[in-house]
Amino acid sequence: MPTVEQIREMLSAGAAKSSLLVEREDLLAVAKFLKTDPQLQFDFCSCVTAVDYIKQDCIEVVYHLYSVALKHGPVALKVRAPRALEQCHVPSLTPVWRGCEFQEREAFDLFGVKFDGHPDLRRILMWDEFVDHPMRKDYIPPMDYEWEPTPHGETLARAKMQGGTVPASALEAKK
Amino acid sequence: MSNLLGKGLIDGLVVTAKNFVGSYFDGNRKDRLFTYQYPEERMKLPENSRTFPFLVYDGTPDQLRCTACKICETECPPQCIYIVMERDANGKPLQRPRVFDIDISVCMQCGICAEVCPFNAIKMDCDFERSKHGRFEDLLVHLPELLKSNEYYHQIKSAEATRVDATRKPTKKPAAGTKPEKI
Amino acid sequence: MSATGIIETQTLEVSLGPQHPSTHGVFRMDVVLDGEYVVKLKPVMGYLHRNHEQIAEKIAWIANMPYTDRLDYFCSMTNNWAYALAVEKMAGLKVPERAEYIRVIMAELTRLLNHSCAIGFLLSDCGAWFTPVLYALRERERILDFFETVSGARMMCNYMRFGGVRVDLDDQSLAMARDIVARWPAFLDEFEKLMTENEVLIARTQRVGILPRELAINASITGPMARASGVEYDIRKVDKYGVYDRFDFRVPVGEAGDTFDRYMIRILEMREAVKILEQALRDIPAGPFIAPEAKLRNFKVPAGDGYGRIEAPKGELGFYLVSEGGAKPYRYHVRPPSFINLTILEDMCLGQKVADTVIILGSVDIVLGEVDR
Repeated sequence: MPTVEQIREMLSAGAAKSSLLVEREDLLAVAKFLKTDPQLQFDFCSCVTAVDYIKQDCIEVVYHLYSVALKHGPVALKVRAPRALEQCHVPSLTPVWRGCEFQEREAFDLFGVKFDGHPDLRRILMWDEFVDHPMRKDYIPPMDYEWEPTPHGETLARAKMQGGTVPASALEAKK
Repeated sequence: MSNLLGKGLIDGLVVTAKNFVGSYFDGNRKDRLFTYQYPEERMKLPENSRTFPFLVYDGTPDQLRCTACKICETECPPQCIYIVMERDANGKPLQRPRVFDIDISVCMQCGICAEVCPFNAIKMDCDFERSKHGRFEDLLVHLPELLKSNEYYHQIKSAEATRVDATRKPTKKPAAGTKPEKI
Repeated sequence: MSATGIIETQTLEVSLGPQHPSTHGVFRMDVVLDGEYVVKLKPVMGYLHRNHEQIAEKIAWIANMPYTDRLDYFCSMTNNWAYALAVEKMAGLKVPERAEYIRVIMAELTRLLNHSCAIGFLLSDCGAWFTPVLYALRERERILDFFETVSGARMMCNYMRFGGVRVDLDDQSLAMARDIVARWPAFLDEFEKLMTENEVLIARTQRVGILPRELAINASITGPMARASGVEYDIRKVDKYGVYDRFDFRVPVGEAGDTFDRYMIRILEMREAVKILEQALRDIPAGPFIAPEAKLRNFKVPAGDGYGRIEAPKGELGFYLVSEGGAKPYRYHVRPPSFINLTILEDMCLGQKVADTVIILGSVDIVLGEVDR
């Protein structure tokens, strides 16, 4: 757990490199501390997003925090969760910063990360009956096109396999 | 607001009345939004305006500048260009395209292809009247339709064309008469 | 009718949208009404989701620039700048001075055209039958013609590049810009005379949709909406990106946080933007318009992650980029102001009439391209 001095050193060293990686269990406590400590006062959560690191087998949720009262920042608060869907959950920071509400819903919708303690966790951008999580790196889009006149690479391979309408000039083998 | 009630409304009505009456007397087209009676009357577009790409040739359509290097194909963001290089009877590449398709239903007119072309071969046209009746095949533009002369380029964008002519080096191509065996 | 003479009522669930002329795009609000008063409101979005973030992972860094135009399609120049800023931060590119001035000019012109149309559409939601929109569009056309002369397209400009801008501003374009800026104060006076003291507007927008200051900060609200609630936070003054620290301008801050304040803040910001433009057009230096080491093809960004943000006309537009050192982004995320400003739509609308819901949504100033990406 970093101390206040370490965080302030990070901030003065330059916003580019100030990021904190914490464990899932400590996340809520660290967030509350960052918000309420009088020297830090990170009362504004600017951006919440998730990144799928498929090679390291984890999904990392990143919170960018700024301070409106003291006008400093940003600090990137990062937490990791395993990629498997049943174990992929982190505590929600919506009780601390209300602005995380829609963005955590989006991370759940597109990546499958569940946020424990979120008031209303459901899909936001995709429709409700959608099954998979589209922004994961191993997502396979459905085979459902009808016309591809200028196909490249894998689209061309799928076009030939699926037997869809492809113009004659595109069917020639690319040398 | 210690004014009389309704003054704000009357002020607003005065503004609209002034504009309404003024529009009959104001011959100055610069101050108002007016309607061009399209298609009889057309607006002159600025020189830089861009719509879809076209290929430039110098002199005859045979002498097109494009060498089928495929840089525009790789850099195109929506991947709407499809190029196949022409080869002679032995399979040697002839530095000209045999197939050059652009899908204008996908093209987003960003101009990146024109920006990255090292031979000044593909440039942005400003013709926007391109609608067709079909949704699929009709919007796929092939090589003969894309070729336009350098004189046409000077006509639509004279400053840019003059600058290009001053700085470009002509590309060397093998003789245009060699035809491949199979089409 | 029951025995005691009380009429029993039920709540009514209405789905406002997605096809509705006043929802500013394909946006739906599920409201539960008790008579005319709103009891519950849930925004539903995703009708314009075009998986912009997934497309960005498959194409090169520069090829994403035309896609950023289409995020907030009203203001393409500021979207481009935010993306270019994020990449330049990660790659360590230094932008020459003339390019910085050109970027400021484009961004402030974008702010002018966005705020005038936002006010116009807000008045349209109030029932002013498109008159203020046409006054705003008259001036917006001049700015769009200027954008077409410089970059080639009216709205999807694709103008900023990493390290500068795509083409330079020549003297004729600068003269055009000066002419536009010279006309704006007179236009703003006419616009204000048309609307600001209008009793109907005041009655419909004052004390409607109040957003308290603490809730605004907690809910990550940014832009004119936050400043109308008393949050003194303008990224141009805090981060000092570009050359904004050289210009003398004030940041208007409201007090009541109601719809009328959000309207007035936009008018005042337009006046400040005109001030910045006059200074920038006066002081623009000669010089290169793009960094000499910038390249288009095979541009590789060093590995790492970075967050770049600007004060877009609608709020804080940020880009979070993760790079593995290659020619394509590994992760590309847009922090859209319109999407996050919708978090407290329900809080603002509770207890108001359903007609006020439309006005409150108009004052939030959303663009669906940004909300759904």
